[in-house]
Amino acid sequence: MNRTYELMFIVRPDMAEEDQDKLISTLETAVASSSGQVKSVERMGKRRLAYAVRKFHDGIYILLTVEGGGGLIHELERRLRVTEPVIKFLTVRIDEEQKRLDKIKAIKDAKRKAAAPAPTAETAGEAPAATA
Amino acid sequence: MADETRSTVSESSSSGDRPDRSERRPSSRPGGPGGGREGGGGAGRKYFRRKKVCKFCVEKIEAINYKDIRLLAQFVAESGRIVPRRLTGVCTPHQRRLSLAIKQARNIALLPFSGRAA
Repeated sequence: MNRTYELMFIVRPDMAEEDQDKLISTLETAVASSSGQVKSVERMGKRRLAYAVRKFHDGIYILLTVEGGGGLIHELERRLRVTEPVIKFLTVRIDEEQKRLDKIKAIKDAKRKAAAPAPTAETAGEAPAATA
Repeated sequence: MADETRSTVSESSSSGDRPDRSERRPSSRPGGPGGGREGGGGAGRKYFRRKKVCKFCVEKIEAINYKDIRLLAQFVAESGRIVPRRLTGVCTPHQRRLSLAIKQARNIALLPFSGRAA
């Protein structure tokens, strides 16, 4: 039940700072109530859009990383759809990708340790045991 | 002479047969006539032009994120279209991930669907 999602949404450019905070805290409470966890909130600031969305040419990007079940995302997206200042959103599931990257990294680290000279031989003995 | 051995269906369009066959063949030939790149001074034009390597394999870039548009924009044409891998030399699994990332970026207005990126 620990799926990790990245939710990026665009807010209209004339939205005030405190309104953004209010929106983010609303989403955070929604996450907490569905027994999820907010990993991080990143405000990417105002950017120029590649095409006009609802007649806006700029937008404020906000990135939210959450951990939780599938129903959580359903709830968050429902809220975003209803919120008027939000003009676009995109959810990406990242736990599978993260698993793949960690696996590659683990293989790389194990290889590096195995190729290292004798003094680090004990750590080479540790690494396969840790990954096993 | 060779047309006689072909089936009767294509008899009427015998002249159009030749271009048909070359189209159906999978594009395993990189570049080809009019591809646009003169790698070895035109010496080996029929076969591999230049051993173009996959940028992701060489630089060991593992994750292709939709957020780094500077990287993605290198594989997008002026018109906004995704450049085919026979021109960029990207390997298949990376091309698939790259095109997925570009489509995600397009959806979130980081890259345009068509037209010059502002």
